[in-house]
Amino acid sequence: MDSRGTLRAIGIAIVALTLAFVLLPALVVGIAAFNARAVLAFPPNAWSWRWFAKALAYDDFRAGFRNGLIVTACASSIALLVGAAFAFALDHYSFAVKRTIEGVLLAPLVIPHFTIGLGFLILAAQLGAARGFAVVVACHVILVLPFVLRSVYISLRNLDQRFELAAASLGAPPRRVLTSVTIPLLAPGLVSGWLFAAILSFNEFTASLFVTSQRTQTLPVAMYNYVREYADPSMAAVSVMYIVATAALLAIANAFFGLGRVLNVEDAR
Amino acid sequence: MLKMPANGVSSRSPLSADADSAFVRIDGLSKHFGDVAALQHAALDIRRGEILTLLGPSGGGKTTLLNLVAGFLVPDGGSIHIEGRTITDVPPYQREIGVLFQNYALFPHMNVGANVGYGLKMRHVAKAEIQRRVAEVLALVRLTGYDLRKPRQLSGGQQQRVALARALAISPKVLLLDEPFSALDKNLRASMQLELKEIQRQLGVTTIFVTHDQSEALSLSDRIAVLSEGRIRQVGTPNEIYRRPADRFVAGFVGDVNTLHARLAGVESQCAFVALGAATLSVPAEPLRGLSAGAPVDLFLRPEQLRLAARGGTSLCQGVIAAHSYQGAHFDIHVASDAAVSGRILIRQAQSDASAQWPLGADVAIACVTQDGVAFAPER
Repeated sequence: MDSRGTLRAIGIAIVALTLAFVLLPALVVGIAAFNARAVLAFPPNAWSWRWFAKALAYDDFRAGFRNGLIVTACASSIALLVGAAFAFALDHYSFAVKRTIEGVLLAPLVIPHFTIGLGFLILAAQLGAARGFAVVVACHVILVLPFVLRSVYISLRNLDQRFELAAASLGAPPRRVLTSVTIPLLAPGLVSGWLFAAILSFNEFTASLFVTSQRTQTLPVAMYNYVREYADPSMAAVSVMYIVATAALLAIANAFFGLGRVLNVEDAR
Repeated sequence: MLKMPANGVSSRSPLSADADSAFVRIDGLSKHFGDVAALQHAALDIRRGEILTLLGPSGGGKTTLLNLVAGFLVPDGGSIHIEGRTITDVPPYQREIGVLFQNYALFPHMNVGANVGYGLKMRHVAKAEIQRRVAEVLALVRLTGYDLRKPRQLSGGQQQRVALARALAISPKVLLLDEPFSALDKNLRASMQLELKEIQRQLGVTTIFVTHDQSEALSLSDRIAVLSEGRIRQVGTPNEIYRRPADRFVAGFVGDVNTLHARLAGVESQCAFVALGAATLSVPAEPLRGLSAGAPVDLFLRPEQLRLAARGGTSLCQGVIAAHSYQGAHFDIHVASDAAVSGRILIRQAQSDASAQWPLGADVAIACVTQDGVAFAPER
């Protein structure tokens, strides 16, 4: 084998190993979910679907899933509105404290989740507010805001300003420009920003552990509470369902708003 | 107190003058970006129905002026008037100005019909009337039946015609064209230029055309305004700009030109005389005011104003044939000569046998086929 062939083989091996390494945890958990016995062992000796049935029937998981959906939907949508508004302002106008605002809005990337969770816990206690959904949602909004802001901001930067100028010259006042041109052209960025936020929020554990109560606990918190007491493959079954659901959601989003829309914009140069 | 003459009676009414000569009046317009003066005290009258070209190098201020007229930028000083009405503070969406963008800026999420009808929809025109008008302007740009296509399904030339149709659909008072042909390949460009000029004549819409391409400007325009470094250098017909450039910049930017070392022979009221070799040419006197006879000047002559001759006779100067360049319809001959500021003189001849008649390395004399030229004081 010549040296180029060797290099090529090494390259392929590195890529294969990297992919395997990335997928390994999910693969192990996925297989463990089908273990017939009530232990989290790998590889299983006997196979069964029963942990899926058990997970689906478990009240805390069902409540956690429902709570998670509520929190995620609210937090991502609020973050999208706030983030898009700020991204729009940052992109269209230049003002004195622009850098500062940008810094503050992106700060949650620097501040650890447990700090934010703890902060909200203290605040809620100080204000005497019950640990209801409002606190959880507010906490999640702050956590996902930087990601939404970035996603929308990048889409805005890539949007050719001449589309908006053309609309204005044709007689569209600013509000109509926004609704008929800017927002439709930004749709892929807005949707992907929302999805990104939703996935992060639904997954979020650290801060949620601080701010949720028994009544408002999200799925990751419910799973944590479960695993403290039991060690059967229900957890693995939840993981498998989670992965399948997320992948399906992303595939649908991609089909409707993804590559096609983005290419569409590029073609119009 | 002294008795003052009645100003209001004696002076012309500016409004009535506007109606005749200036459909669009640009008055002392200035725009700065930070410390950079993009446009300084620009004054320009654009007549009803004409194509006026803003010509200049990039950074010359032509795009800034276009954006100011469109309302995309707010001027630091000066004013803009259309049909005598001041529109300096009118937002772009109320200006009734059609813009054809360099990249067309067709809305990618709308089909051709929706793109062309967009401006009418914003004016709350009834649906049936929008359809009628869209069909009308699409027919004008020869794209009947393309309503349902998406912009990405069209060729570059078709996209441009849709963009033109969209700008014309609102029956704009003024049409602004921002380097519309730069994205098209050369053959398509020529045919689109003709088509655009035809449509413009047909509709009689007052048009401001921005380009950095001097040949495009010469062929398309009724009048040209040459801009450089944020200032309007000269306004005139293509012929005036080409034959009587007002300064060195215009002379060098529009068309090919030879700059020759010459001497001022004398200045009269209207014209001056410049001597070079055995020839004396008459040139406009204005740029040479303040110079006395005998002073060195730079004489500007176009390549087609020169011809090659055998040595001797009344020639301007002498040189050696340095290069030939066959251009199809004409022949470019480069002559090395000390008389030229650049050391080279370009001569354009119609006959195609020039290379046989004037072989490389041949000693030649250069004569002038005209009595006219332009001259400016030497730089520095």
